[in-house]
Amino acid sequence: MSECSCGHGEEVNVEFPKELVSFINEWKVKQGSLIMILHKTQESFGFIPRAAAEQIALMTGIPLARIYGVITFYHFFKTTKPGKNKVSVCLGTACYLKGGGDLIEEARSVLNIKPDEVTEDGLFSVEEVRCVGCCGLAPVMTVGGETYGKLTKKQLPEIFEKYKARG
Amino acid sequence: MSKLNTDALNKLRDGASGEFRNKKGYTHYILTCGGTACQSNKGVEIYEGLIAEAKKQGVGDKVQVIKTGCFGFCERGPIVKVLPDNSFYVDVKPEDAEEIISSQVKGGKEVDRLFYKNPDGSPVQKAAAHGDLPPIGFYQKQQRVVLRNCGIINPEVIEEYIANQGYIALQKSLFEWKPDDIINELKTSGLRGRGGAGFPTWMKWDATKKVANDIKYVVCNADEGDPGAYMDRSTIEGDPHSVIEAMTICGRAIGASQGFVYIRAEYPLAVHRLELALAQAKDYGLLGNDILGSGFNFDIEIRLGAGAFVCGEETALLRSLEGGRGMPTPKPPFPAVAGLWGKPTCINNVETLANIPAILVRGGAWFASMGTEKSKGTKVFALTGKINNSGLVEVPMGTTLREIIFEIGGGIKNGKKFKGVQTGGPSGGILTEKVLDTPIDYESLTQMGSMMGSGGMIVMDEDDCVVDVARFYMDFCVDESCGKCSPCRIGTTQILKILEKITHGNGDEADLIKLETIGKAMQKASLCALGGTAANPTLSTIRNFREEYMEHIHDHKCRAGKCKSLLSFTILEDKCKGCGMCAKNCPAACITGEKKKPYTIDQSKCVKCGECFKNCKFDAVVRA
Repeated sequence: MSECSCGHGEEVNVEFPKELVSFINEWKVKQGSLIMILHKTQESFGFIPRAAAEQIALMTGIPLARIYGVITFYHFFKTTKPGKNKVSVCLGTACYLKGGGDLIEEARSVLNIKPDEVTEDGLFSVEEVRCVGCCGLAPVMTVGGETYGKLTKKQLPEIFEKYKARG
Repeated sequence: MSKLNTDALNKLRDGASGEFRNKKGYTHYILTCGGTACQSNKGVEIYEGLIAEAKKQGVGDKVQVIKTGCFGFCERGPIVKVLPDNSFYVDVKPEDAEEIISSQVKGGKEVDRLFYKNPDGSPVQKAAAHGDLPPIGFYQKQQRVVLRNCGIINPEVIEEYIANQGYIALQKSLFEWKPDDIINELKTSGLRGRGGAGFPTWMKWDATKKVANDIKYVVCNADEGDPGAYMDRSTIEGDPHSVIEAMTICGRAIGASQGFVYIRAEYPLAVHRLELALAQAKDYGLLGNDILGSGFNFDIEIRLGAGAFVCGEETALLRSLEGGRGMPTPKPPFPAVAGLWGKPTCINNVETLANIPAILVRGGAWFASMGTEKSKGTKVFALTGKINNSGLVEVPMGTTLREIIFEIGGGIKNGKKFKGVQTGGPSGGILTEKVLDTPIDYESLTQMGSMMGSGGMIVMDEDDCVVDVARFYMDFCVDESCGKCSPCRIGTTQILKILEKITHGNGDEADLIKLETIGKAMQKASLCALGGTAANPTLSTIRNFREEYMEHIHDHKCRAGKCKSLLSFTILEDKCKGCGMCAKNCPAACITGEKKKPYTIDQSKCVKCGECFKNCKFDAVVRA
C-alpha cells in the first residue's frame, strides 16, 4: 500500500477466519445486520482494518462509504490497532468526580504514550471509556477486561508491571 | 428440555415452588453476588473458592453455591448470603470461604465477623425470610419490585424464575385475557416509561395496537449510555426472564411476533445472561412458535449497540437497529405508527418492562397503591459519587432526596459537606440542599430544573466544582451529539467553549447571559431530547450556584480546587519543618530545599497535581 497519512495506510494481513466468514454469510441476509458484522470483525482483529472493511463491502454488497459512516459514528469501533493490553479508564460521572481524569493522565505518563498511541513494545494503549457501570467502585480502570476499582494513581505502575511480566 | 404447555408449566412451578432448592437434598445454599461490580471485585474467586472449599472439606454434596444478580449494596460488596440461616455477609474476601464452610456448613455457627455492623458498631439482625430485605439502614426505605428477583434467584436457571411467579403473567395474557385487558391493567397501574420522559406505558402499547399492519415489532431499549447509571444492566444480569416475559406479553397485546433487545456491547455479562435466558425460554416453548400451545408466535433477537449515547433516544435507536448511523428522526411519525423499517413499533426501557410481569400478577391496583398521585410504583436509582453507601436503590416514588441520600445512602463520605446531587445524567441538573425534602417524581424533578432520566443519582460534596461538572457534561454531549441538527451540534460546542473559558479564569459576566441564551435556544429548537436537554446541567448550575460562577469570573478562584488553571500551591515558610515529603512526592520535581529548612515550589514547573498539598503533615502547603 502506498504512503498515506490518513491513519489507515498500514498494511494489514486480513485473512478472515472461517468463523467470521460463516458469521457474515449467516447475518448478511438479515435486515440491519451491519453493526453485528462489525462487532464480530472487531472481535477477530481487535480493531477494524481498512482491508477488512473492504472485504465486508465485497461480501455484503454494502457500499464501503456506508460501512465507514457507521464505523466512525460509534465509539466502540476502532480503526487503529490497540495495544495487546487495552487499558480503559472509566470517565463516567462518579469516576470523574473521584479522580478518573487524573488516572488517565497518570496512566499515559507512566506508559509514556499519548492518546491513540501504543507503547513501543506493543503491550499497552490507553483509552477513556464511558461508564463501565461499576460506579460503586469508582474510580475504575480495566486492563484487558480485568477490572480495578477504588484505584489510586500510586497503584498504576505495579498493575502495569504485572502485565509486562506476562508479556 | 421439552416444550411445555400451560399445564406442564404449572406443574413445573408447583414442583419447584417454595423451597425449590431444598428438593435436591442440600443443607445449605450459598448465594454469591454475580453482578458486574462484585464479580470484578474478586466475586468470581469467592464463588469458585466456596465450591472448592466445600469439596475439600467433604461437604461438596451438601452445599450448593449459586451466583445471583445484584444485591444492590455495591459499597460493601462482594455480598454473600447463606441459606437457610439468611446470613447476610458483607465485604467478603476469597480467604473467607474456608471459614464459611467449616464454621457454618459443618459447625452450624455463623461467621459473625462478616455481618454488617451499624455505624455505632452493633451487629445487624438478619432478615426473617429469604426474599425479605435485611434490616440494614441501606435497605430500610427500599421496596423492590423491578429488582424483586435480583439477589434472590439464579438468573442462569429458568426454573428458579418460574418458581418465583415467573411466566404466570404470560399465561394469563395468553389464556385468560384479551389484548385490551392487558392494556387496561397497565392503565390501572399508572406505569410510566422509566427511560426518562415518563410517557404512560399503556398509551404506547395501545397506540401500537391500534395501527393496522401485518408486521409489528417490540423493542427493548437496553442501551443505557447515561454515565453513572447501571440499573438496566443489573436488572438484565439479575433477572433476564422478567424482560423476556414482558416483551412477549407486549407482542401479544399489540399483535407483534418479533422482538429485539438493543443492548450495549459494553455489558458482556448482561448479554451473556440474556442469551442464555433466551435459549432456555425457547427450549421450554415460552418463546418461538405456538407458545405454551396457545397458537401465539413470538421470538426475540439480540442486537448490540456500539457506544453512542444518542441511541438511547428511540428514533435514533431504531436507525441503529436498522444497521445505520444512530441519528434521530423527527416525531411524528411516532415509532408506534412508523418505527423499525417503517413498521409499527413499541419501544420500552428495561426497567419499564421488568415492572410488567409483577403488575399483571399482582394487579394494576396494587402497583398504583405505591408512589405519588401522578407517578406510580417504584424507581431504581444508581446512587453514586461522594456517598457512604453507594449502590442500587429501589424506592417508592415520592421518597425524598434527603431520605435517599442521608438515610439509605448513609450521608456524605468522610464527613464532608453536601453540595448537590445530579439526577438524570447529562440531561438533568444539579439540585441543592434547598430541595432535598421534595418528594421526587417525574413532575417534581422537572419543576426543580432536573429530570428523572434513567435514574443516575450522583452526589457531590464541597470538593466538587459545579462549573467543572457542567463542563464535564457538556464535553460529553459535544462528543455524543450526532451532529444532525445545528442547535445541538453548534450549541453544545459553543457552550463548552464558554465553560472552558470560565474554568480557565478568562470568563466575563456577559458569558453567563450567552450560556443562558444558547441553552434556551437548544431546548426549544433541537430535534431530539439529547439536544433539548444537553444544556440542563449548565443552566441549573448557573441558577443554583451563581456565586461560584462569579468567583471563577471575578476572583479567578475555584473554591473546590478543581479548576487547575486557577490554582497555585505555595509553601508557608513558618510552618514548613523541612521534612521533604512534598519534594519526594512531587512528580514534576519542582520542589527544592534542604532538610530541616523551608522548601520552595518552582511555580513555572508546577503541574498543580496537589500531591504536595496531600502529603504535607504540617499544613504548610496552601492551595489558593
